[in-house]
Amino acid sequence: MSILAVPIPLHYYLVLGALLFAISVVGIFLNRKNVIILLMAIELMLLAVNMNFVAFSSFLGDMAGQVFVFFILTVAAAESAIGLAILVLLFRNVGTIDVEDLGKLRG
Amino acid sequence: MPLRFDSFVFFVFAAIMVFAALRVITARNPVHAALWLVLSFFTAAAIWLLLRAEFLAIALVLVYVGAVMVLFLFVVMMLDVNFDALRQHFASYLPVGATVGVLIVAQMVLLLYNTTRGAGEAPAAAADNTRALGRLLYVDYVYPFEIAAVILLVAIVAAIALTFRRRRSTKYQEPAEQVKVRKADRVRLVDLPLEKPER
Repeated sequence: MSILAVPIPLHYYLVLGALLFAISVVGIFLNRKNVIILLMAIELMLLAVNMNFVAFSSFLGDMAGQVFVFFILTVAAAESAIGLAILVLLFRNVGTIDVEDLGKLRG
Repeated sequence: MPLRFDSFVFFVFAAIMVFAALRVITARNPVHAALWLVLSFFTAAAIWLLLRAEFLAIALVLVYVGAVMVLFLFVVMMLDVNFDALRQHFASYLPVGATVGVLIVAQMVLLLYNTTRGAGEAPAAAADNTRALGRLLYVDYVYPFEIAAVILLVAIVAAIALTFRRRRSTKYQEPAEQVKVRKADRVRLVDLPLEKPER
């Protein structure tokens, strides 16, 4: 109960970021066949990294961390858009999003 | 000792976020997974508000949830995929996956507890988070800002170039093709014998 009487220290936020990152890695591990859930797990991973950046920026008083989160959000949005466009194209051509059927680039 | 409300709120939001993240990776229905991801983004925005990063919290809700997750939901609902076939070996991967996850968390937590335990309290934030962020972004980091704009342009062009399909029924002119036409493409002189009228 004493933890509720003090402001939350830094390492609690970092542990939260670490938990999210580990959950996302396990998600990639478990859902290796399903490309949509893979993309969602990557978004979770980026969220974990952003959480770390914002926590450090707040505790060290340096706004550069938040600027970097701004850029990470930009790049993540661009990457999701293109990833989903590729997914749609894949589904149009192959008819499935099973990762095991995507062997076309192999010689 | 009086209990602080913001500490209590942090634990509530952190618990919701971890549960939502777990449901993202274990949901059977991908629409449910996308919605659980939306919930984890919302709770992340709330935690960032606790850290006094208001602009980023709002940007997360507006940009990430409002655009990227809506895009995810569009794509998930548009593709008619047989998802049960993709979950075949889920149960067999689960023990190893859980072990890997627990090991990663244990390693990171041990490291973090030993190195950042001495970090001080959160200092009082700048009076206006948005103004401070804007000043940094437009003065010190204006070059990366412009590059981020170029990245977004590239993303737009790439997404359209990949998926755009022209409707075959539209009629349109191509002046370049029209100018390239030669007489031999359009006119053919045929030698026909004269027809003599029947007498």
